[in-house]
Amino acid sequence: MSVKPNSTPAESLSGKDCTQRPPDIPLGGNNIINEDLGTYIIEIDHISKWFGDKQVLDDVSLFVKKGEFVTILGPSGCGKTTLLRILAGLTMTDKGSVRMNGRDITEIPPHKRPTNTVFQRYALFPHLNVYDNIAFGLKLKKTPQEEIEKQVRRVLKIVGLTDYEERDVESLSGGQQQRVAIARAIVNKPQVLLLDEPLAALDLKMRQDMQMELKQMHKQLGITFIYVTHDQEEALTLSDTIVVMNKGKVQQIGTPTDIYNEPVNPFVADFIGDSNILNGIMKSDFHVQTMYQDFECVDKGFAPDERVDVVIRPEDIYIMQRNDSAQIKGVVQSCIFKGVHYEMAVLTEKGYELLIQDYNAFEAGSEVSLIIKPNDFHVMHKEQNINVLKGVVENSNHVSFLGGSFECLPHGLETGTEVSVRLTDRKIELMDYTDEGGAAGCVSFILYKGNHYQLTVTADNGDEIQVYTNEVWDDGDIVGIRILPEDIIITPLKEKE
Amino acid sequence: MKSPVFLMKRSNWAIPYALFLALFVVIPLFLIAVYAFRNTSGGFTLANFTKFFTQSEALNTFIYSIGIALVTTGVCILVGYPAAYILSNSELTKGRALVILFILPMWINILMRSLATVALFDFMHIKLGEGALIFGLSYDFLPFMIYPIYNTILKIDKSYLEAARDLGATRFQSFTHVILPLSVPGIVSGILMVFLPTISTFAISEILTLNTKRLFGSIIQDNMMMSDTMNYGAALSLVMLVIIGITTVLTGDKGSSDQTALI
Repeated sequence: MSVKPNSTPAESLSGKDCTQRPPDIPLGGNNIINEDLGTYIIEIDHISKWFGDKQVLDDVSLFVKKGEFVTILGPSGCGKTTLLRILAGLTMTDKGSVRMNGRDITEIPPHKRPTNTVFQRYALFPHLNVYDNIAFGLKLKKTPQEEIEKQVRRVLKIVGLTDYEERDVESLSGGQQQRVAIARAIVNKPQVLLLDEPLAALDLKMRQDMQMELKQMHKQLGITFIYVTHDQEEALTLSDTIVVMNKGKVQQIGTPTDIYNEPVNPFVADFIGDSNILNGIMKSDFHVQTMYQDFECVDKGFAPDERVDVVIRPEDIYIMQRNDSAQIKGVVQSCIFKGVHYEMAVLTEKGYELLIQDYNAFEAGSEVSLIIKPNDFHVMHKEQNINVLKGVVENSNHVSFLGGSFECLPHGLETGTEVSVRLTDRKIELMDYTDEGGAAGCVSFILYKGNHYQLTVTADNGDEIQVYTNEVWDDGDIVGIRILPEDIIITPLKEKE
Repeated sequence: MKSPVFLMKRSNWAIPYALFLALFVVIPLFLIAVYAFRNTSGGFTLANFTKFFTQSEALNTFIYSIGIALVTTGVCILVGYPAAYILSNSELTKGRALVILFILPMWINILMRSLATVALFDFMHIKLGEGALIFGLSYDFLPFMIYPIYNTILKIDKSYLEAARDLGATRFQSFTHVILPLSVPGIVSGILMVFLPTISTFAISEILTLNTKRLFGSIIQDNMMMSDTMNYGAALSLVMLVIIGITTVLTGDKGSSDQTALI
């Protein structure tokens, strides 16, 4: 696994930078498309979408080359399906535009778009048999009867369902319905095939077979595939390009290897594959401090002493019998056989827990040494302005932010003054009951940082704070947020005249 | 047999209903059949049937009744289908409220509604007769058409519509190619619930036409009221039952089983 040494910090600073930059990735091994190299079949330009007051897409931009296999990957509720529906024309965007072949199709209804969709639950017409389902689109286009018959036979062969024409769709198994759904879409020869988690309802073995077949079909048809999934393994297997999304924002766009080896932020690292995510300090170029130790790395261009997140993949940590040359000493806590490798949890001398995958087993309790090579440290910027929020002064010793009211130290500002509230790194306490703190919120993202948890808590007003804790909380827990007065630092937003 | 054991067997619980069915459905049907093949003195005869098929009055009334029932059913489909389609498309709460408004007349006795229709026509100085009859019947039976169609359309998965649009259908085409065929079971249920009861209507037709137009139900009633024509009345009932049976079987084939279960 090689690492691109010049992944510049500017690129990986935030998801937004990535989205504005067309993906500079080579295309998959598909000859048909090479003549069109450099032309984008789809240009998604700064689109945003709200459902009620909930924003599901936040300034998403994406450029897709002709013939590419692009996967939109993210947890449920990240907006990936909405993005696909906007491409299909089934949902209209509130802001921004979509172009296909250079033509603005933002307002074009679905039946006039050169796209076809494979729906998550297939949506095969129950009153039609396999043949009529597949012929549906061609009949609407007034295609001659013989041509329809020829085309239906052709696509049935592609999906491996020859001689199924007369079958009732409801008598088919899930996998067969899936194939009919694909056949029904590709028979119309769309320029772009949209697939909405098409394999989610199939069992593992069937899913793996279909993955291979889809890849084969993509090669054979030479058309652009946009594939939505929450399954990171599926995305890594199938795609030329992966678009990782979270909370309506594009986090990272890149080839599977790029995304895996160079995740731009802890979310991507955590979502794609297993990883150890730790806090660190960039002492100087090629020099990172983490787990209270200095390590050599290959990253540069950070500010001196900048606080960073460090990602180490579990398979990149070398584990061996305790010896003196070790970088890190530790004791194995647990060891589980995972089929190909063993997965071990090692507690280091400095109190960090690391996940390690290796072909050799070290029993729980054994003393081991660990080595991590410089290019296996993936250093990334921390989000800027963490725990800096907007607030309003309520009275001489209260300020409201996060949708609640907090006691603060006397500040001498007038009631109603808009202020910037910075929370110090000291403890923000989470309480079991929402009325126990100054404000209430919901745990929305959890990262284990080796020796503590980093939680993202979304307050009732939609603002987010990061909380560091040793307590165990679950995703979705409703909590009270308690902050001590001396940990709230208030500065007026603009100088009073 | 001990009573708890007797009560525990679920099939035993059906006994009262079986008795009820025997007493009030099977035996009367049997009696109708028996009376239909008898003359007034109790001997076997086919005269009742030959009378029906040769004597023009009863036969004409029968054909006229079917005609009225067909027109009523047609009016109900034409008015009811769009109504059901609109209801199923609007916002859930709004839709529910409107559906209840459409169903509301069903809460009132059908004779009362017919009398109200008469009052309404009188008030507007419109002559009673065939027009009033078709209006009244359509008004009476419209909810029975709307409700099954509304239910069927409501259950159609919205993703079918999206799939149709995605495959190149305009809004109108996705209606004709997907919604309409998928709502056929609802239409069939509606037809069964409107067409069949209309044929045998009698009191309503008499009220709404001032007894100038008679439907088949009236003829049966007239004959049944007098002991000397009772056997003929029984034969007429039997003919109607057979016709209804045939229509039910024919339409039942088309509708999927769960939809016809609605009636």
